[in-house]
Amino acid sequence: MSIFVDENTRVVVQGITGRDGSFHTRQMMAYGTRVVAGVTPGKGGRGFEGPEGRVVPVFDTVADAVAETGADASVVYVPPAFAASAIMEAADAGVSFIVCVTEGIPVLDMTRTHALARDRGSRVLGPNCPGIICPGKTTLGIIPGRMVTPGPVGLISRSGTLTYEAVHHLTRDGLGQTTCVGIGGDPLIGTSFVNCLSAFADDPETEAVVMIGEIGGTAEQEAAEWVSANLSIPVVGFIAGRTAPPGKRMGHAGAIISGSAGTAAEKTRAFEDNGIRVARRPAEISVLVAEALGR
Amino acid sequence: MNLHEYQAKELFRAAGMAVNPGEVADNAEAVREIAERYGGGVVVKAQVHSGGRGKAGGVKLASGPDEAAAHAEAILGMEISGLTVEKVLVCPTEEIATEAYVGVLVDREGQCPVFMVSAEGGIDIEEVAATNPDAIHKLRVDPRYGLMPHQAYRLATRLYADPALARQGAKIISQLYDAFVGNGASMAEINPLISTTGGEVKAIDAKVSIDDNELFRRPSIGALRDSGSEDGADAQAREAGLSFVKLDGNVGCCVNGAGLAMATMDLVKYYGGDPANFLDIGGSSNPDKVVAALEIITSDPAVEVILFNIFGGITRCDDVARGIVEATERIDIEVPIVIRLTGTNENLARQILADAGFTAGTSMDEVVQEAVRLAG
Repeated sequence: MSIFVDENTRVVVQGITGRDGSFHTRQMMAYGTRVVAGVTPGKGGRGFEGPEGRVVPVFDTVADAVAETGADASVVYVPPAFAASAIMEAADAGVSFIVCVTEGIPVLDMTRTHALARDRGSRVLGPNCPGIICPGKTTLGIIPGRMVTPGPVGLISRSGTLTYEAVHHLTRDGLGQTTCVGIGGDPLIGTSFVNCLSAFADDPETEAVVMIGEIGGTAEQEAAEWVSANLSIPVVGFIAGRTAPPGKRMGHAGAIISGSAGTAAEKTRAFEDNGIRVARRPAEISVLVAEALGR
Repeated sequence: MNLHEYQAKELFRAAGMAVNPGEVADNAEAVREIAERYGGGVVVKAQVHSGGRGKAGGVKLASGPDEAAAHAEAILGMEISGLTVEKVLVCPTEEIATEAYVGVLVDREGQCPVFMVSAEGGIDIEEVAATNPDAIHKLRVDPRYGLMPHQAYRLATRLYADPALARQGAKIISQLYDAFVGNGASMAEINPLISTTGGEVKAIDAKVSIDDNELFRRPSIGALRDSGSEDGADAQAREAGLSFVKLDGNVGCCVNGAGLAMATMDLVKYYGGDPANFLDIGGSSNPDKVVAALEIITSDPAVEVILFNIFGGITRCDDVARGIVEATERIDIEVPIVIRLTGTNENLARQILADAGFTAGTSMDEVVQEAVRLAG
């Protein structure tokens, strides 16, 4: 099984006619994602041409797209100035799962956006995330489909390319994935490690979980405690940023050690104290997963 | 982006806040004139993006113009946390009765602004948090309603028993929230917020950090950036759209993706080397970015080897390969370059690099070990 989305998920793409939106929509459709609608204000009534001559209807608003096509998930590829508003529009239209790939959204915008999404009962993945892929079923976002393969491992990560690195090793070592979720590198994200762990715990096909964290915040520490209290399957962790200096933002807006809080050492200790084995190198992640699964 | 104290105070004044007066100067003569105009005692304060200015000798009291000028002479050009002091702020001294702390920042866990106030101000608030956490009062603000008057008043009563002072404090706390939200800040702080012996409450220090993601819609705030206090490589990286952080090692790193870039630095360290920098060239494959990255990395004389680690997902390896070839044609690079490329279009990339005399590995571990070996 997969978590959050599956092959039946009906996807509306916000910003479908933009450079990134059009490219990734075609990639998603080629992978098998059911893209049922696109939204670009001012371009309603047109068609978006996907692969193999398939045409996706474009709407002016998400509410129209939902009413006409029954879309229940969205992917947001709109620029930072408009992305928070796009998420709010999707939540207001009743879309229950909203993936926001956009990087660079003002944090204060996201305080209001997350509050609205919570009120409307919508789950936001991201922002500033690569999205979610369920191997062989569907992909929402930008994770390249050829890297993944179906199997028993659930993967959760705050990073994009580091996720690819870990998945690359897992796939090469014959350890496929149920779902890979990129939760995003921003300080305020809609779906936490704990939200994903909880979903994986309910998935009988997920036999082990990989958590890829990084410096900044306390999400990994909270996840570690949750694992220890609630999860019976093995978890392997990795924390990026052991050599990061305090007070410097390391690319991701959320990857910053404030004072002495949010260090890699602190997170590694939280993992280890709660029975999570920690890989020291990215390549070691799949080795530890194989050991944990007795392969 | 961090603002200087005098800039932060301007934002606070624009929100209507009671802030002590002050003028900025970059030479001792100007400081003397300012002190003469104020008359009486003044404080001369280094304007530099660093905490602990007082402890470093960057904040001095002067009884009159001559002493103020002498202090300015000593403070201007002084280094605090590796940053040269270019400007000082001169303020008249105040008759201080109490010193409090008021700050607001974005709470990651609560996903909302959170106020922190303490009657124990004037000192490092992290120290108070560590030694006497009960002395700090917190309040989360629902961003949809903003800070409500009763909330501001309640926070102020944690600072002042005297109702007259609490009313003034509540007003300042509300104004601080307005300045925080109105300028797209990620943090705004008054430390100390003083009450004077005459019963006035006012801010005599100010600290503001702006969320970099806000700058696109706030050009007037962006114009406050003090490029003089910014390292040349940092400015170049920012203009080229690269995330860059200088470190102390000798293995120059050029990676796509922030997480992988951090993991690459960590792996350099794991194999006994020291990374010279964090550098994320981002998802784009623009060769100009690769050129800018190589210029920034090679401008650091400590760099003994340049390590590329590219995992092509959206980024196409062949584009990065072209960037590397183009960059090495445009600029003289005297240190060895080791390259790891895997993912989208890696075979094509390998061919492009081979034609230009480079080889590229596929294993992150092997290539990092090679870089560490070459760095010596």
